[in-house]
Amino acid sequence: MISENDVKYAAALARIHLEDDEASRLTKDLEKILDYINKLNTLDVKDVQPTSHVLPLKNVYREDRIRPSLTQKEVLKISVEQQEGSFKVPKVIE
Amino acid sequence: MTIAAKQKYETVIGLEVHLQLNTATKIFCGCANKFGEAPNTLTCPVCLGLPGSLPVVNAKALEYAMKVGLALNCKVNPFVKFDRKNYFYPDCPKAYQISQFDLPICSNGYLMIETEEGEAKEIRINRAHLEEDAGKLIHDDKNNCSLVDYNRTGTPLMEIVTEPDLRSAQEAYNYLQNLKLTLQYLNVSDCDMEKGSLRCDANISIRPMGAIKLGTKTELKNMNSFKAVKAGLEHEIHRHMAALESGQAIIQETRLWDETRAMTFAMRSKEEAHDYRYFPEPDLVPFMMEGAAIETTRKSLPELPAKKRERLMEQYRVSAYDANILIQDPALADFFEECSKHYKDTKTICNWINGPLMKELNTRKTRLADIGLRPEDFTVLMHKVNEGILSNLAAKDILRFMIDTQRSVDTIIEEKGLAQVSDDSTLEKLVQELIKEHHNIAEQIRNGKESAIGFLVGQAMRKSQGKANPKKIGGLIKKLLT
Repeated sequence: MISENDVKYAAALARIHLEDDEASRLTKDLEKILDYINKLNTLDVKDVQPTSHVLPLKNVYREDRIRPSLTQKEVLKISVEQQEGSFKVPKVIE
Repeated sequence: MTIAAKQKYETVIGLEVHLQLNTATKIFCGCANKFGEAPNTLTCPVCLGLPGSLPVVNAKALEYAMKVGLALNCKVNPFVKFDRKNYFYPDCPKAYQISQFDLPICSNGYLMIETEEGEAKEIRINRAHLEEDAGKLIHDDKNNCSLVDYNRTGTPLMEIVTEPDLRSAQEAYNYLQNLKLTLQYLNVSDCDMEKGSLRCDANISIRPMGAIKLGTKTELKNMNSFKAVKAGLEHEIHRHMAALESGQAIIQETRLWDETRAMTFAMRSKEEAHDYRYFPEPDLVPFMMEGAAIETTRKSLPELPAKKRERLMEQYRVSAYDANILIQDPALADFFEECSKHYKDTKTICNWINGPLMKELNTRKTRLADIGLRPEDFTVLMHKVNEGILSNLAAKDILRFMIDTQRSVDTIIEEKGLAQVSDDSTLEKLVQELIKEHHNIAEQIRNGKESAIGFLVGQAMRKSQGKANPKKIGGLIKKLLT
């Protein structure tokens, strides 16, 4: 059973703001989705390897060679605010 | 707190070490892995997590991780994948960190340490996995903002986690020292705690002696040196004991060590508990670690410190004390072994390395490799002392000149006139003078006070600027006064 609190918790973790009516609608939706997923639990998967990737690829890597980075000027173009070559953000304290 | 109260409890510590790997590039992109550059000059769409970019694993980082795991007696797991650890924080531009959750590259290892009683003890390693580092945050109080530098974002990190096997702050310290030395032998990191390339967090709890159930733990962070780890842990252990003794409960929380105030305090935390919602990283395919590759890596490992220590003691009959000094730097141990080909008495070589040579290296704040000293030249000093050509004092001076000027021992002896004087008539004259100058002492020796001879020998060495042969001087004093 999914409660409205579960939905609000998940929304908070994802930094999504929900109005009360949205939360209650999404609770019902999520309940249905989980019901559907739960059907998988009825299957016998004891001889099935868990899928860790959908592509049939493995061991893709690169050599340890330096490639040019972006310049500070280019990078800071995507910042909202900047100061002394750094991204300026609201104060965060650990 | 009374000693009896302290003895009621057992301390339980587990350590979590983050190690920066010194690959040339970051773990998932080709940006340079470098410290100390201007902010935000080492980034690209991959490490900034810009849309449309894809990470690709650095083969070197995998190899280094395998080396670390093997050196820590871990199992290298045949199937390796990466996972996303989700959280929002400005130092993490993707809003997730690529890490490893259920299938770490290495698990189930151990590292041997020495306990306070001098006994060997196995500290189990739960796991060692690969992940990416976060950016660096600087807090600007004046402008009430934080500044983010993403140069460190995406640099390779290894997280090495022990089981809760450590029983005191000293054991934790010994474990860290051994771990650092082992990692330095592998040459995969510079292991500098002050620079942050080796970082350590601790989980601490105490329980009544003999209890099986673990007490409530706290997590301790912000210990930025080996000494700080020991001091921080000692303080936190004491805090736990004092709380339990006065009937208070320990709150499970993260605490920070404040070095200047020498105390720990609770970290201000957000209301929601950490919930990282790990899931398999869809941008990276899994890795099969082939048995042959693991074996090749295992064979490429250098002789590790514990093994080297054992071999030096066995092969060269070196004392545990001397061996411990030699293994602190593999170059030093190699140097010792080379020296032993040129001089037979290994104890004397150790004394010369652990004494005068270390002193020269320490005063110059340099390493053996940087002073250009050859074992065949270094051992010439021992031969000359042994043959009575040089006094110990003069030989130490010559070592200093050798390092400064890169000249040979013979050239320096000649230039500085440092050859030991063993000529009987010259020395006898010297002793006669001293007997006159210190007639009180001479009288004491005549009356049988043998211990006063040392004083006169010392004076002779001073007068001759270290050139007089002290053995002969001693003999002459005895001959003339007794």
